[in-house]
Formats: sequence, structure tokens, C-alpha cells
Amino acid sequence: MFLEATHRDGERELRPRGHWRTEHAPELARAVDAVQPEGARVVLDAAQLESLDLTGAYFLRRLERRLLAAGVELRWAGARPGPLEFASGVVGDESPAAKPARPHPPIGEVGRWAVEQGLEVRGAVAFLGRIFLVFAGALARPGRFRPASIARHVHETGLQAVPIVALIAFLISVIIAYIGAQQLRQYGGEIFVVDLVTLAVLRELGVLLTAIIVAGRSGSAFAAEIGVMRLNDEVDALRAIGLNVIEVLVLPRIIGLVIALPLLTIVADAMGLAGGAVLSFLLLDIPFNQFLVRMQEAIMPTTFWAGLVKAPVFAFVIAMIGTYRGMQVRGSSRELGRLTTVAVVQSIFMVIFVNAIFAVVFWQLDF
Amino acid sequence: MSDLHPPPPCPPGVEPLVAVRGIVNRFGAQTVHDGLDMQVFPGEIFGIVGGSGSGKSVLLNTILGLRAPQAGEVRLEGRDITKLPAAELRAVKRRYGVTFQHGALFTASTVAENVKLPIAESLGLPEDVLDGLAHQKIRLVGLPAEAAHKYPSQLSGGMVKRAALARALALDPPLLFLDEPTAGLDPIAASAFDELLLYLQRSLRLTVVMITHDLDTIYRTCNRIGVIVDRRMISDTLENIVQNPHPWIQEYFHGERGRVLEQALRPPVPGAAGEAR
Repeated sequence: MFLEATHRDGERELRPRGHWRTEHAPELARAVDAVQPEGARVVLDAAQLESLDLTGAYFLRRLERRLLAAGVELRWAGARPGPLEFASGVVGDESPAAKPARPHPPIGEVGRWAVEQGLEVRGAVAFLGRIFLVFAGALARPGRFRPASIARHVHETGLQAVPIVALIAFLISVIIAYIGAQQLRQYGGEIFVVDLVTLAVLRELGVLLTAIIVAGRSGSAFAAEIGVMRLNDEVDALRAIGLNVIEVLVLPRIIGLVIALPLLTIVADAMGLAGGAVLSFLLLDIPFNQFLVRMQEAIMPTTFWAGLVKAPVFAFVIAMIGTYRGMQVRGSSRELGRLTTVAVVQSIFMVIFVNAIFAVVFWQLDF
Repeated sequence: MSDLHPPPPCPPGVEPLVAVRGIVNRFGAQTVHDGLDMQVFPGEIFGIVGGSGSGKSVLLNTILGLRAPQAGEVRLEGRDITKLPAAELRAVKRRYGVTFQHGALFTASTVAENVKLPIAESLGLPEDVLDGLAHQKIRLVGLPAEAAHKYPSQLSGGMVKRAALARALALDPPLLFLDEPTAGLDPIAASAFDELLLYLQRSLRLTVVMITHDLDTIYRTCNRIGVIVDRRMISDTLENIVQNPHPWIQEYFHGERGRVLEQALRPPVPGAAGEAR
């Protein structure tokens, strides 16, 4: 209905009619693409065209080009419509620029990936080095540690995480105790549930769970905060004022988390032991005082420290990855999302990986 | 393109395209607009002027339907958008294009994808047609064809403004809202943008509502001005508004910069050529 075709005097006549406007674009696209480029000569007649906007002009131009490409001789009966003249004057004969092709063959992509990984490692090492340089400089002038900023980060990453860390530690330890009780009951060794819970929570679970929660909570927050500051040019503004970005943004976060994570771990340890004690009392009829006595027998003086000593290391890893990924953000909102995700995934992976290294080392040291 | 002048005044008796009546906007105890009226007629380039914090962007957001005013009505093409149901409001929104102060291009998408988004969302079209339409709009605003596949972070400030204009024009709207289209551009780029705007306005018979601080842009493009002073709007033709005795308006148009521009840029009034003003 938007395009009428008739034959007259050996010529084919095409008459666009009605409103060739944006709102009819799908119908126009179908009408234009349905025209078979046949016949030696075609006359276009705009007499019945009621209105034409630029989208309509695009479709008229598309029709013209379709016919011309097939070698059809084309003329307009009367003047070419104004918007069409305007649009073809602006766009000319060029086609949309093709999407830039993939610049490299697959083997080139592998090489590119390898180089990028190399640069990534170099960047991370450089970042680590700058952190230590700034840290060393700040040792000489303690004012540069920015206590107010550190306190804020201890509050946000530590104090505000207490409820969720406590709840999860409690529940996980209840689950461990429950499974342990089911198995050990078969041998009449219910009392060893205390050993199981105590050792698992103090050595591994307390610190590991806390670190994973904090990686999800604060690692992502670090990356997102610094990332948005980069998108907003705030990081450049800090540099231009003459401030050291590592000193202002990175170091307070690292120190704050290194303080907060061990404290959170102690909370998690306590809540984990409480969970074990509650379950032992309810399910196995082990009274609290007996639980405490058995607990003292189960652990060595070092057991608590074997867990806690890992906390600052995990904290450093989480904070460094979060801030580093945040500093890498540039250009777009998608980058921000991507790098925040990378920060969380990598820091959780690194926490578990470092924990495995600790396990081997402690085993060798008989710690 | 130096023959481009502000559009001629709209003949009397025509219904306004944008009619704002009695708008009240408050943020807590602070009243930004108190009974503000504004009318824009078809074919005009209407400039909104006002001091920082006078509520220009708030007014624009109110007209666009992004913010509900505490009182008053906003009519676009005769329909009061503050009372329209959501489905009809969507139809109204397709009839205008907007550029925001900082471009507000979607940073995760290329320029072509930015332009294609409104077209693809409201009209189901095959990909090659979308590419063709995006190409047309990108060339229309004077960007090179290769810019289509660049991301906003790879563009200069002037190119961002043009790309934003291309996206605003994607659905061939008869009405265009521009928030500070030349802010942050160098004078040459700003002047080129003004000429582009005049050229498009004349070729496409657009109606343009523009917030601007730029006196050059006002003198070059606008045929009527609305000044927000004392929480209301005083609007008139440029010739008349510069005569307005309000101290802020006097300071704005007759400060040193304003005087220079007034003499340099104002096109000679027909019949009054050569007379001292």
C-alpha cells in the first residue's frame, strides 16, 4: 500500500504513496525490499506521496540504489522530493562504514593475549611496588597514613560486616557439627564433635569464610568506588592537586582491611564455637562446661593463631586486588562492571589459593 | 552556511507546541519554580536562560516528564503529560528528541549502537536497515562514517555532542530539547554546532528548545528567549528581552561581552539597516 507499481508504454512506474514516515518504517522496509529490480527503465512518481521525513527518505534512497545497482535506468516524473535531495546530499553514495574487522588471525589473538597477560603481570607487580614505596615513605612520616580515612574503612569493612559474618559463621559451624554428630554417633564418639568443630573453625573455617564474605562485600566496593572515581576524572583531579593516589585511595583501604579482617575473624571464631556448643547441647546432650573442657583438650596453644595469622594476608590480597582493578577502569560503564566482577572472582580465588599454601607450609612446620 | 539566521517569528494564532502553565517545583523548603509559564511555537528556536541554580535543568526534566511538578501542567502538542497514562506518555516521548548536558551517550555501546537503540526499540527493523538509518543520522550531524564504530570514550567533546544529537534525531522527532549543547566546546566548534543546528532546523522544520549559557549561541540561533528570574519566566523575542529592565537581564545581556556580541552578531533588521541602535 506504500508503493504502487504499474506498467505503461514499456516503462515500469513506481508510485510511493501515503506517509513515508518513521512510524511506518517496518512496512516501508518490507515494501521497498519486495520490489524486484527488473525492467530496463523505471519511472518514480512522488505525486501521491503525502509526507516524507528523513527515515522515509532513507527508504526512497534505498529503493533508488536497489534499482540502480541492478542496472535499471531511473528517472523521476517531476521533481525529486525535497527531503530525499537533502538526505542524499548529506549522506552521498557511501554505505555505512563496515565494522572494523578483527585485526588479527586466531594465532595473532593468542599472541596478543599472551602479551596482554605479560603486561598485566608487570602492571600488578608495579602496583605492589608502589604500595610498598608509599608505605615505606609513610613510616618515616606517620601523618601520611591518613588515620581518618583508615578509621572509615575499618568501620565500613569491619564493623558493618559483623552481623553477616557472625550469622554465617554460626550457621556453617552448626552444619559441620550436625554432619559430624551423625557420623561419629555410629562409633559412639559423639564427644569428638567438639574436636571437629573446634579445630575446623579455629584453623580454617573462621578465617576462610570471613575472607570470602569480605572479598564479596569490600573487594567489590573498593573496585567500584575507585572505578567510578576514575570514570569521573576524580583520580586525575587528585593527581593534579599533587596528591599521591596510592597514598590517598589505596593505602588507607589496605590498612583498614588489614585491621578489620583479623577482628572479624575473631568474631567468626567465637560465633562458630558458639554454634558448635549450641548444637552439641541440643543434639548430643553435651553441656556447655563439658564442651569447654573438651575444647581445651582438643586444641594446642597455637591452633587459634594458626587461623588468625592468615587473616592479615588475606586482607592484603583482597584489598590489593580490589583497588588495582578499580584503578584499571577506564572509558565505560561496562568496564566498571567487568572489573568489579574480576576483582571479586580473583580475590576469592586468591584467598583460597593462599590458604592452600598456608596449609602446606603449616604441615611442613608441624604448626 | 553563513547565510543561516535564526528562524522567522511564528505567525500569530498558531497553537503552541510546548505549553507550560503554573509550574511549581520544590525541593524541601527551597522553591525553584513558583508559577512558571512558558510557550514554544512550531518552528521556533527557543532559548532558556538563567543563572546557575535557577532551575533550568529542573524545568527541562519537568517538560520531559522525568520529574513530576508539585503543581501546574505541561502540554506537549496539546496533551498534558503530567496526567497521561504510561502508555500514552511513551507515545509522546517518541515525538521529541533530547540531548543531555554531558551527552549521556551509553558508554558501553558504540555511536552507531547508541543511535540504533531508540529506532530498534520502537520499530522492528532488519539489521541492515538499522545500519543504514544510523549511518544517515551520523552523517547528518556531520560526523565521519568511521565514527559509527567508535565508543564514546574515544570521541572528542564536540563529537560527543554531535553523536548525542544524532541519537536525539534517530526517530525524526519534530521537537528537540537540547541541554547546554555548546557548553565545553571551543568557540569554533560551538559556532559549527550552531550552524549545524540552524541548518537542520531549517531543513527538517524542527522546533528546538535549548538551555544555554552561551551568548554567542543565543544571538546566532534563537528567535525567542525565556529568562528564568525570581522563580518565573520572562519570555520574549531577543530584541525585546534585551530592553527588559530587570537587573539580572540587563546585567546578562548588557555586560561587556553582551554589548560586543550584540553589535557583531545581530543580523541587520530589515528596513532598519544602517540605523544606529
